[in-house]
Amino acid sequence: MATTNVAPRSARRPFTRRASAFLFRHRGAQLTFTLGPTLTWMVVIYLFSLVVLLISSFWTLNPLTAQVEHTWSFKNYQTILHESVYWRVTFRTVVLAAAVTVTDVLLAFPLAYYAARMASPRIRNLLLFAVVMPLWANYLVKVFAWKTMLATGGPVDAFLGSFGIHGWPGTSIYSLWLVLSYIWLPYVILPILAAFERVPSSYLEASGDLGARAGRTFRKVVMPLVLPGVVAASIFSFSLTLGDYLAAPLVSKTLVLGNLIDQLAGGTANNKPLAAALSTIPLAIMAIYLLIARAMHAFEAL
Amino acid sequence: MRRGIALVAIVGAMALVAAACSNNSSSSSGGSSATALSYDPSAQGEGELNLVAWPLYAEPDVKKPFESATGCQVNVKEANTSDEMVNLMSQGGGTQYDGVSASGDASLRLIAAGSIAPVNVDSFSDFGNVMTSLQSPAHNTVNGVHYGVPYVWGPNILMYNADVVSPAPKSWDVTFEPQINGQSNPYAGKITGYDSPIFIADAAMYLMAHQPDLGITDPYELTSDQLDAAINLLKQQNGLVSKYWNVWSDEVDAFESGDMVAGTAWPANQNVLISDAKVNVASVTPDEGVTGWADTWMMSSNAPHPNCMLAWMNYTLSDKVQAATAYTFGATPSVTTACKGLKANLIAGYGQEVGTNAYPLYRCGDDSYLSSIYLWKTPVPDCGNGSTDCTDYNTWTQKWFEVRGQ
Repeated sequence: MATTNVAPRSARRPFTRRASAFLFRHRGAQLTFTLGPTLTWMVVIYLFSLVVLLISSFWTLNPLTAQVEHTWSFKNYQTILHESVYWRVTFRTVVLAAAVTVTDVLLAFPLAYYAARMASPRIRNLLLFAVVMPLWANYLVKVFAWKTMLATGGPVDAFLGSFGIHGWPGTSIYSLWLVLSYIWLPYVILPILAAFERVPSSYLEASGDLGARAGRTFRKVVMPLVLPGVVAASIFSFSLTLGDYLAAPLVSKTLVLGNLIDQLAGGTANNKPLAAALSTIPLAIMAIYLLIARAMHAFEAL
Repeated sequence: MRRGIALVAIVGAMALVAAACSNNSSSSSGGSSATALSYDPSAQGEGELNLVAWPLYAEPDVKKPFESATGCQVNVKEANTSDEMVNLMSQGGGTQYDGVSASGDASLRLIAAGSIAPVNVDSFSDFGNVMTSLQSPAHNTVNGVHYGVPYVWGPNILMYNADVVSPAPKSWDVTFEPQINGQSNPYAGKITGYDSPIFIADAAMYLMAHQPDLGITDPYELTSDQLDAAINLLKQQNGLVSKYWNVWSDEVDAFESGDMVAGTAWPANQNVLISDAKVNVASVTPDEGVTGWADTWMMSSNAPHPNCMLAWMNYTLSDKVQAATAYTFGATPSVTTACKGLKANLIAGYGQEVGTNAYPLYRCGDDSYLSSIYLWKTPVPDCGNGSTDCTDYNTWTQKWFEVRGQ
């Protein structure tokens, strides 16, 4: 008969069913499996490295034996304060990051406005695709492409040469500015585009109904709503430029903060404690930047 | 359960701390006053050999015969700069690698740190063939104690694009001076320099000839005034520089694109440019002289496979190995008996005409040329003339950043 050999009900249920039931009943387990791996990764790899970095910045390098000595001192920070080269390079890097950010925002703003508010859905998707596509190419491929474009006799040189401009930007910091502005542009366009799309059409209609012309509506209604998105976008271009050290030696002879840290830590100097101390400068700059961005509600626009 | 996640993270973090600390704390040991080791052909190899070497220094054609003869499996970690080599050799307290092909700007640093084992050079069968000036050079012999065997050497020549730079330069002035004979330097913006603190010596060498009042007698032994003069010259050069090169391919690319037309180069770089045949390059040993490098196979004082390393050092002195590496890298052998092999390799590789013409450029066995080269050595406080107020490599590094970061 059919009733003789029946296994217990629970054993017949497939494993996946039982697992999902278990997770449904235990919220803690649910969290462990969803957030757990990422969170562990973040804490162990990211935060922990930062702490080690901070600690090692108080160690010193014995110049004779080139070994790290584990004694606490502010020597590295004193070196950074007293040597003008660190300040000069920091200043240059911050100016570069600001220039890249301003350039990208100026380029992104009209495009994002057009794509979000004026273009047909088809054109909008096409534009979005065009913006995202460069992100699928490797960073180094893009930098090397620029290296070729900016070389003597390359396309940029030939184009500017037809206007009588020769040898610009060459290997100056302007090359780096061009390359980084290009590379970080998609990261700036996307948040601004999203910010424009979040502005409800009804606000604009209401503004018009109340007698405001296009210009005033833009200044008084659109801008305040989009500004947090712009600030959020600027975090990307600013922080990425501040930390970049690969593009600089490839397209220019300019030394930026990232190169200085890289040369101190690895190759040239092998002075990891001093490199760690110097790394706290961009960290501090970004901390201040993020605090200002938070005050401007940029995080809500991300 | 949220506490559980935090616990996992903390345990993981603590494990990493422990690993990091144990890595660093063991690095201070190192026997510097050990007795010199001798090569014993009958000693049993340990089956493995880990080397830090310049690119192309231990190619398969060199490694394979050694592996089959000794049973030592050769693993090579390539390093692109001397500083990287010093870095790698201190890893794990010097127990990670058996040996290194160190240039003079790294060798003295390694010896001072106690990372290198002294060797009895007479125990190597072919040491007698080594050029006289490399028998006990200052960059690997300290107080009569030998810390390795010479491999290959070469100068840092003045290379130029022969289609652009004319007349052919005789002096380094084209790379340093904004004004030449009252005219502005026609190659401004197309000059290159070597991106390393050791390049300060090239400026000091130029000043030796052009500003004798400074009293520089050795470009690696500079008082702080002399160093400042060299740094000022380099800052002036910075305005003429297109880009500095650090890895050889940087210079090759920029010469081929036309971004660089003159500057310091390794003969290896020139060889690559000649065989690529995209630009017409030539080189010269200018009137002021040249800096250069002579590389030494050195053994870690904590080498895990000492017998294999000693066998390797013996093997690298052989004619065949020296000629093969000299040909692949574009350097000059240290044993005079390898010159014939180098010439044969050049002719086999480049053809009868190009090979025969290239051979004299190597100055194989030319002791007087080699002794005219200011070979890379690590700057140390000891000036070599009794006074100890010379600037050390750390100071050079700091000053080099001032040149690069201006």
